[in-house]
Amino acid sequence: MEVEPRGAVLRAQGLRKHYGDLEVVAGVSFAIAPGECFGLLGPNGAGKTTTLRLCLGLIAPDAGEIALMGEPVPPRARRARRAVGVVPQMDNLDPDFTVEENLLVYGRYFGIADDVIRGRIPELLEFAGLAGRRSSRIQTLSGGMRRRLTLARALVNDPELVFMDEPTTGLDPQARHVIWDRLRQLLVRGKTILLTTHFMEEAERLCSRIAIMDHGRFIAEGTPRELIGRHIEPQVVEVHGDGLDDWSEAEGARLASRLERSGDTAFAYAADAAPLLASLERRSGLRYLHRPANLEDVFLKLTGRELRD
Amino acid sequence: MNAYALPRLSMRFFPVWRRNYLVWTKLAVPSVLFNLADPTIYMLGLGFGLGAMLPEVGGVSYIAFLAAGIICFSTMNTATFEALYSAFSRMHVQRTWDAITNAPLALDDVVLAELVWAATKSCLSGLAILVVVYALGVITSPLALLTLAVVPLAGLCFGALGLLITAVSPSYDFFSYYFTLIITPMAMLSGVFFPLEQLPTPLRIAAEVLPLAHAVELVRPLTFGAFPDNILLHVAVLLAYAVAGFYAATVLFRRRLAS
Repeated sequence: MEVEPRGAVLRAQGLRKHYGDLEVVAGVSFAIAPGECFGLLGPNGAGKTTTLRLCLGLIAPDAGEIALMGEPVPPRARRARRAVGVVPQMDNLDPDFTVEENLLVYGRYFGIADDVIRGRIPELLEFAGLAGRRSSRIQTLSGGMRRRLTLARALVNDPELVFMDEPTTGLDPQARHVIWDRLRQLLVRGKTILLTTHFMEEAERLCSRIAIMDHGRFIAEGTPRELIGRHIEPQVVEVHGDGLDDWSEAEGARLASRLERSGDTAFAYAADAAPLLASLERRSGLRYLHRPANLEDVFLKLTGRELRD
Repeated sequence: MNAYALPRLSMRFFPVWRRNYLVWTKLAVPSVLFNLADPTIYMLGLGFGLGAMLPEVGGVSYIAFLAAGIICFSTMNTATFEALYSAFSRMHVQRTWDAITNAPLALDDVVLAELVWAATKSCLSGLAILVVVYALGVITSPLALLTLAVVPLAGLCFGALGLLITAVSPSYDFFSYYFTLIITPMAMLSGVFFPLEQLPTPLRIAAEVLPLAHAVELVRPLTFGAFPDNILLHVAVLLAYAVAGFYAATVLFRRRLAS
């Protein structure tokens, strides 16, 4: 798990950042090795985006040290960002430009010569599945196409490390799967990815290592499998319907190793689900779903079920 | 990252300036027409309409008097609009600045690019009016071409002040305060439409403190074919507003976006 510091593309030590009385990032340390996909998971307001902005040198930490691509940040953040690509949470493509112009203009911000950028554009558009949309205006693109173009834009400088802040939020399942596929391709090519998300499925599929963040702190860290194995019982039965209270009291609480209630649904966690399922079979009013535990269960256990907004 | 550090000037601003220029080229035809139409209407309406009722002003026809005022007035308006509405759109609505600062550029580079771009647009506008007044035969002296040296300075000055307002603005609505409280009174007091001497002393002093009067006092003699008096003073005032406005704007943008 420990990453050899010298090889890390990003290393953060004891990061802190407060706004007013609120400590948004409250002592965060991590290191990302080349070729990793590191996932930062957390509910809204957990401090994920602030952590990314700190690591990019866009804001200064109150305390802590950051090295991005071996450069101290913020002092040499601009230099470090030459080898970094960023896919922001909110689309900020240039609405006045075509697809191609967006890539060209963005490449110029890196000081790359026009002919070099133009040479890269066909490959970038191919990668983004936008080969036929070279001259399209941004307004005519779907949400998924815009995200893919934003991803292509983040690759215009051929970065070693790509920051992605909730890359698939707001996309439909088809568009999301295309993005996932592209991110895997990047990993195959040896790129490093730092990803924030609140889609557990996304983290489970893509990330080699995950940190769950809440209230500005890392509350768990490991591979998806490790986190599930360490924090949660392997089987889950979700129960709802008439007579839930009665069943929970009479049998559920006894048969499950942990029984959680959220609204009208009970989540029964157990190493062996067979006794739970047998008891539910005898209750005709109850409906249930049996499934293996996943990262979302870990996430909800660690960060709670209350709404965060 | 000290928010109060002096702005770091670097040629890195250029790709950002170029981005704005590329957007402008897409809208160049309507933009130039607007640059031409607006001052032409002022010149014709006030110059010929009001001018017909007036005797000579300061020894010249009213329309010849007005030409310098309109050049400065348009320069101010163009730089101000660009630094307020357009810059605010790029910063706040389109989040273009965020995209740029994710690349190896700093916020300082973006603010400098916006300033230079606002000045560039005011030059386009100043040039357009100069063409109009030459075409109308209002101005004949070749010395009037020297106004093209004053216009960029005025553009930097009003661009910087506009950026300062944008840096503290929560929304587009806020800009109407700036127009109502600063820009419009300044336009009325600064010798654009009538000679400063017409004003009572306190208002005249107020006008002398604001930058527009100094731009007018540089441009007007040039349009008559004479060199202005007190060139250094007028240039120094415009430059002081530009430098102080740019520094304050940079600090406020840093506090707004990078804290």
